[in-house]
Order: sequence, then C-alpha cells, then structure tokens
Amino acid sequence: MKIGILAVQGDFEAHAAMLERLGVETTEIRTPAQLDGCEGLILPGGESTTQLQFLQEEGLSEAIQKFAARGGAIFGTCAGAILLATEVQNPQQDSLKLVDMTVLRNGYGRQVASDVVRGHSNLKREPLEMVFIRGPIIQRTGPGVEVLAEFAGKPALVQCGQLLAATFHPELTDDTTVHEHFLQLAAPGSNQLLGSLKA
Amino acid sequence: MDAKKVNGSGNGSKGSSEWRVKVGLAEMLKGGVIMDVTNAEQAKIAEKAGACAVMALERVPSDIRKEGGVARMASIKVIREIMATVTIPVMAKVRIGHFVEAEVLQALEVDFIDESEVLTPADEENHIWKHDYRVPFVCGARNLGEALRRIAEGAAMIRTKGEAGSGNVVEAVRHMRTIVSQMKKLTTMRDDELMREAKELGAPLDLIRQVAKTGKLPVPNFSAGGIATPADAALVRKLGAEAVFVGSGIFKSSDPETRAKAVVKATTHFEDPKIVLEAHEELGEAMKGLDIRQMEEKDMLSTRGW
Repeated sequence: MKIGILAVQGDFEAHAAMLERLGVETTEIRTPAQLDGCEGLILPGGESTTQLQFLQEEGLSEAIQKFAARGGAIFGTCAGAILLATEVQNPQQDSLKLVDMTVLRNGYGRQVASDVVRGHSNLKREPLEMVFIRGPIIQRTGPGVEVLAEFAGKPALVQCGQLLAATFHPELTDDTTVHEHFLQLAAPGSNQLLGSLKA
Repeated sequence: MDAKKVNGSGNGSKGSSEWRVKVGLAEMLKGGVIMDVTNAEQAKIAEKAGACAVMALERVPSDIRKEGGVARMASIKVIREIMATVTIPVMAKVRIGHFVEAEVLQALEVDFIDESEVLTPADEENHIWKHDYRVPFVCGARNLGEALRRIAEGAAMIRTKGEAGSGNVVEAVRHMRTIVSQMKKLTTMRDDELMREAKELGAPLDLIRQVAKTGKLPVPNFSAGGIATPADAALVRKLGAEAVFVGSGIFKSSDPETRAKAVVKATTHFEDPKIVLEAHEELGEAMKGLDIRQMEEKDMLSTRGW
C-alpha cells in the first residue's frame, strides 16, 4: 500500500515519519500525476490559505476530488480538515467540499491558545492525546458524518466513509492510533470495516 | 514568584506541552515563505500570494540599513492592524536581549517572536531566556554552535542570519552550508569526540549528542537574509532550508505581487527546475543588491549576537 502526502506546505514530514514507523510506503504529492498509484492521501497541517493556492492553481483540487470519488481514502489534519470541509468560516474560504461539515478557522484563537490536551475517542479505551496548534473548530457536522473523538464538546475527529478529518495533530504525538485507523480505511476492501473499530 | 523566572510566566522547558506546541507551530510553517511586511496592505498582498506567515516590522531591513538610527520593535498600532487583516500567523521582531519588548509582544499575542539581529541589539552579552515564554521564538544563526545556543535558550525555530537587507544570498548560503556540514561532521564522530566538539562549538553536550544521532537540528531550520528571487529561495531549500524568510526582496522589488507569488511557487517546487523557470518568467526587476565584500564589518547585521 502507498500513501501520498500533500507536500506543498506544512508538516508533511511529520506524517511521513509516522507512516514510516508503521512500515508504510509514502510519496510526496506536489502535482496531480503523483497521485497515481496511491491508495490513500494525507492533507497535512500548515496554512490552509497557502495550500489552497497550490490546489487551485495546479489542478490538484480536481485531482483530489476525483481521487475521493473513486474511493481513495483521505485524512486531513488541521489545515487538511479545513480543506476537506464543505463550508469554511472565519473568514469564508473555498475548499474541496468533500466532508459535510462547517469549520471555523483559528477557532480557539491565536498561538497562545495552542495546547496539548487529552480527550475521549471511539478508537481506544485510553484517552487520546490531542495537539492543537491554532486549531479550527468543527461547528456543524452533516448527517453522514460520524464523530470519533471530541474535545470541549466539539467534534475533533470525524469520519465520513473513507474520509477522515482531525482538528488536532496526531502526527505530532507518539500515538499511532489515528494513523492506523486511517490505514484501515485506505486498505483495499475497507468499506466493510467501517464502524467495526468502535470500542 | 520563582526567582529564576524573571522574564515571564511560561513553562516552556523541553518536553513540556508548551515546548511541543511551540515547535509544532514551526513545523506547520515548513515548506512555506514568511514575508516581511510594514503595513496591513502589504500583509494582505503577502497572504494572497500564498505566504504561510508574515513578519510585521516598521521598516524592511534595506531601509533600516539606509536610514540608520536605532531600530526597535515595530509600533504596536502597525502590528495590531496587520494581525487584524490576515488570518495566517503574524510574527514580530524584538531586539536581541530585550526581554521586555518580548513580554509586550507576548501580551499582544503575536504568534511568533523573532529575536533579531536586524534590530539594534539591546544587550551585547545576553540573549533572551526564551523558555519563559508561551509564544515561540525564532533566532538567527551563522553556524551550528550559535544555533544550538539559541535552542538551549528556548528558540523553537532557527533561521540562518544571512545578511538582511542586502539582496545578496551569499551569506545565507554560507551560513546554511556551515550549519549543514557541521551537523554532518557530528554524525561521523565517536562518543568520546563529541565533548571536544561541544567545547569547540560552544554548545551544550546534550544537544550536540542529539544532532550527532539525527543529523538534524532538534527544531525546524529555515533560511533568511538576502533572498531576493525565486531561484534564491530554491537554492537555500536545496541546501537544506525547510522554509524561507524573504525580507526586503519582495516589497523593494518593482513587482511585489508577482514576485511574492513566484517565490512561494519556487519554495514549494524547489526540486523542479521547470517550475522555478515558470516562476521567473513574469518577473520584473529584483531589488538592487549589495556586494558583501565591499561592506565594512560595522555595517554587517549578521555579526550582531553570538
């Protein structure tokens, strides 16, 4: 299995290091053609305005939307979650519109509000460590969107079919739980697995 | 109040949550371009062009160089306006050792503080003890020893000093090559040689050992100082810079909007010469540069700090 990591800007190397630990092959994605042969795609943290610029100007937006339409698994963290949302506020901004949710950018405020917290998730019994860095807040989730983890009463990790979005950064922790969950979504024939991981 | 903590209220020691989110923000800026801006309008242009952060300051380095006088932390009004205008992180500079300017910028809630040689140093002996702050710091370095001393003081990001406001990339290249080759050398050394190297470099042994093991700085390593063209940006990326600061290079050129975009493009696609070529196609005149060899020691900004 090969996982592509969008590498136009952001913490793509942290995701690559995490997947390397899990023994998975990764490749950096900067052009649409590089997506060929990938079973999954990670949209890393970073600045969504910068990333969006590259997606829109280089045909990556359409390529990623097509990738999702043919069943490719996508995992967005922080800025990546913003890109996946159908609606972005604070301020309003364009996106890939793949996961039915409304996301508020910089929902907790500026960098001084960034923090490491623990929260409950459906993925394991122990609390999940969540690193928030100028993180967004998921304000609303649509009908087909399942909340896998919450922090302070707001969804922090959500799933919609083979699409996964986190407002925090599992790639900046030593805990591989969320990435392992994503790899299961990316594995061939994974649709039957959905929901079976609940504790 | 803890007697040792005179500067602030944070607890940014290594391994703490605070340290992790500080280095975490630096991680998020990788692969991007951080642009110097002096007003809200320039900040908007930078953001639109794809900058991953802006550095708010009163005068760009080339003007500081030209006009002389004491360069200090920017006016709060200007920084506030910039913070209100863009959604990307806003950085601002403090003078080396001026920990009260840093306290003020932390109270203002800027996202990153640059303890910068571009401003006139406030302390010629001591840098700021940066662990005491909740806001992350970036510091300049010319070599590995300097980089590791700043990290030991709590810098969450290192950038080469280069020669700010010169429009000449030669010093940024020198500093990046120096840091990278010194790190490479550490990885080839035996344990019993590392203590001597720590003494030579004037850097803490634990950080020396860490670099010897990984071949990398323990925090992101960016480049700054004299980057004026897309090819300059791609050059420092190829030499090991994980992101790029562009100061006077954008808004001192004849075509800030196009140039800002072109530098962003080349920084991301630094490994693809065809795209760097594309980035250069539309460009007008770059800022006029300075020949570093004609400069006197006293005019060099990079020799400030140690």
